[in-house]
Parts: sequence; C-alpha cells; structure tokens
Amino acid sequence: MTDDSKFLRRRDILRAATLGSGGLMLSGCDALNGSASFRSALRTAENLNYATHRALTDRAKLAPEFALSDISPVFKTNGSLSGTSAEYLAHIQNNFADWRVRVDGMVAKPMEYGLDALKAMPARTQITRHDCVEGWSAIAQWQGTPLRFLLKAARLSPRAKYIVFHCADTYGARPYYESIDLIDAFHPQTILAWGMNGENLPVKYGAPIRLRVERQLGYKQAKFVMRIEATDDLSKFHGGKGGYWEDVGDYEWYAGI
Amino acid sequence: MDATQSLTDIVVKRHHIFTRIWHWLNAVVATILLMSGLSIFNAHPQLYWGDFGSREDYAWLQIDDTRTTGFVRVGEARVETTGVLGLSLDANDNVRRLAFPGWATIPTSYSLGAARRWHFAFAWIFAVGLTVFMGLSLINGHVRKDLHVRRSEWSLASIWGDIKNHARLRFDGSHGASSYNILQKFSYIGVIFVVLPMMILTGITMSPAMNAAWPWLLDIFGGRQSARSLHFITASAMVAFVVIHLIMVLLSGPVSGVRSMISGYTGRRAKPDDVGNVP
Repeated sequence: MTDDSKFLRRRDILRAATLGSGGLMLSGCDALNGSASFRSALRTAENLNYATHRALTDRAKLAPEFALSDISPVFKTNGSLSGTSAEYLAHIQNNFADWRVRVDGMVAKPMEYGLDALKAMPARTQITRHDCVEGWSAIAQWQGTPLRFLLKAARLSPRAKYIVFHCADTYGARPYYESIDLIDAFHPQTILAWGMNGENLPVKYGAPIRLRVERQLGYKQAKFVMRIEATDDLSKFHGGKGGYWEDVGDYEWYAGI
Repeated sequence: MDATQSLTDIVVKRHHIFTRIWHWLNAVVATILLMSGLSIFNAHPQLYWGDFGSREDYAWLQIDDTRTTGFVRVGEARVETTGVLGLSLDANDNVRRLAFPGWATIPTSYSLGAARRWHFAFAWIFAVGLTVFMGLSLINGHVRKDLHVRRSEWSLASIWGDIKNHARLRFDGSHGASSYNILQKFSYIGVIFVVLPMMILTGITMSPAMNAAWPWLLDIFGGRQSARSLHFITASAMVAFVVIHLIMVLLSGPVSGVRSMISGYTGRRAKPDDVGNVP
C-alpha cells in the first residue's frame, strides 16, 4: 500500500466517524460562531475576566519577578522584527540620536522625550516572563522608565481613561498600536523599556522603546513606540477595538488571561 | 415474599436532579472546552516543563509536520501521524498543517481569537457548575451517601474483588442497584474532586494577571509552562475517563443507564431485599 492510499484510507475512516453526531455538533458550532449575537454573548467572558481580575488583585500587585539565572537562553522574536516607516528606518541609521517619543492627547502639557532624556529619569529593572497568546513564554530582564512618571509630567487629564501606544511598525498594511487602562498605566512594573538583558533594546525586540505591561499577554507589549496618547475613547483609533490584534484577530482587549 | 411482588417492576431513585442537570450540562460544556482547547493548542503545539518555553527551547511534547508528514514526538519517541495529527486534509481536501485537525476543533477552521472566546466563556459555565455541584453534593448527601468509601470497602480484598467483577463484566452495584461499587466511587471522587478542579486551577495558572493575584499557583504547579503541560495531561485524563465511562454504560445496560440519568429513576425486576426501596 502506498503512503498516499494509507493517507486516504485513514482520512475516509475519520470522515465517516465525523458524519455522526460529532459532525452535526461541529457544523452547529461553526454556525453559532458565525452568529453575531452568539459571538457577542461569548465576549461577555472578557468583561467577566477583566472585572474578576481587577477585584481579586490590588492595583499595584506585582507580576512575579525572576532571578538572573531564570532568563531564557534565547528570547523568541515575534511580530514585526523592525519598524517599517521611512522615519523609523532613518532613526536606525542614526542610532536613534534624533528619535523622540511624544506624550499627548488628553494631557495638560504635551511632552517629547529623546532616548537620553528617558534614560536620565528614574528607571526600573525587572526580570519578568513574557507570555504569548499562542501559549509560549520567555523570560528576560527589562530596564526602562515607568510610564507613570511621563503621565504625571504631562499632567494627565482626569477625564482620560486609556493610554494608546502608536508604533512604527505596520503589520500587513495596518499600523500596529495598543492600549491599556489607567490601572495598568500607573502600575509600578509598567515601563517603557529601553534596555534588555543588560544591553540597549535590540531592534528586533522593539528599539528604541517597547511597552512592558507585565500582567497582560505579549500582544499588549507594543514595540517601536513613537507616540503615547491619552484618550477617553478607543473607538476613534483604527478598527476601534483598542489594538491591532483586537481589530484584526478578535483578540481580547483585556489580555490578562 | 409472594410471587406477584417479585415480578413487579419497581422503581429505584438513582440520581438527584442536580446531578442530572450537571451531568448533561457537562457533557456539552466539557466537549466544547476540549475542542476549543485543542484549537488553542494548535497555536503552539509544543509543551514544556518549568517557567518558560518557546520554539527556542526543548519541548517534551511536539505535534508537528515536515510538510509531507505529520508526527507526534514525546521525549525522544516519534510516531508518524499523517492524516490525523500534525498534517491532515480538511473537508475540501486542502492540506492543513495543524496539530489537531479541523474535525476535532472549535471553530473548524483555525482562529485563535475565536477559540479563546469559546474557551473562556464555557470555562466560566464549567467552573461555576462544578462549584455549585460540589457544594450541593456535600449538602444533599450525594457525597456522604453515594460517593463516600465506607470503612468496610477499604480493604484490598474488597477492591480486588471489584476488579475481578469488572473483568468478568459483572458490575455489582451498578445501574441495577442504588449504590456505586468501589471502583466507581474512586473514579467519580477522583474526577469531581481532583481532575476537574485541576483543569480549572492549571488553566488559571496560565493567566499572567492571576499570576500576580495568586502567585502560589505557580509554586503548586511548577511554573506557567508546567501548568500548561498539566492542563493538557489532565484534559487527556478526562478524555480517558469519558471513554471508559461510555464503555461501562454500554456494558452495564445503556438503556437503563441513560434513562436513569434523564428521569432520575431506574426500573427493574424486584428482588426480595428491595422492599422499602420503592419511593
């Protein structure tokens, strides 16, 4: 018997098996999956997770931190491996000497920081675990400026509810962006990391700065951050769901699980 | 005992209404959790021990493909699984390079976002259902009367006797009677109080937010990637339990078994010692 016919026979047996109740159930689930109201019912789980996590956790409770010896030998790269805009590519050539990150939106005093200015501020160093939504994890040491110092310096409006991070990379044709609530924005471990494992943050990991928001999954850890914008309404950005993967892949905006 | 009475069909109350509702709810919910879980697994079909693990690290389990063949690797042992695991054809005969094929996953075509939505919504139903069932079973006497292993049963002779009965396909105390045999008690207690809570706790341990809230979960299970491995292993144990459970129902009288789990009652010919059992 050739490999092909073996392959086909196995497939036919399985197909016959699924023609029974399993097949009916599957097509039923796919039909439900296509129904807008059912999908919106499933989405209530995200709100339930968000509310439960916030109720169970002190707003300043830290994500677990690790020892130097726990660091992953190779930290897997994922997502965009470089910013894509012409402006960003010029910054790489120039070693980010003229790069500035802007803090604006619903703030009383919009600010701009170069890399040296950020590094001159009080920094935090943390060894944390990065958890991809796909299921893998990697541990690294991150060094950076706590986001709350920038938000305080810019005098965040009391009406602001979210912080949006605009990035220099596009994924497909769409610009990458992410957003978090103010509890995570003011969390002590939420930093704009410019150092990784004792070196300047490499380009493939998000140079010159990437967001670390340690109680959420990897797709929230925006790389190549160019602009930080305070807002009270996420619906006006791109697809309106608060982040690239939220818009494109129906990932949860609250990525605590 | 006269002849007419011994020929009368009598009815025995077997399952409390809460047990029956929970049983059928779980039949649906656990199936959805398994199938959406396999879909999530497809996003990264490797398992590790410890805190971290990615394509850069050694995986103790891998379900993958070489573009022409599908395979499962456990440690150093590798089995070809083309057509089912790693590499398979979908309903339109397109080659799919997925760990678990579409017929085993929700949704059928790969979508991590949708699979997560299904999984977390039904995980809430599952967790609340289990908690309520556990509480009610402690209160309504299900645990004390039906699942509690009595002192007289705690002997090697009684356990061995029950194993021999199962081997002979004689299910003493099974669907014909009102009490469970000792192997049934062990498996039901194991599933309700060990395996199902393990599913929920290992699942929660994979949440970075819950790692901040309850860091002791990581200590219990040995890190996030260990918890992910244990989640998969425990789910496999659940599948094994359901397969054995279904075989036992088939061997011990599927009609009366299913009927009693729907109506709560089982009917059978009376025996002399049944007197007083009639509700």
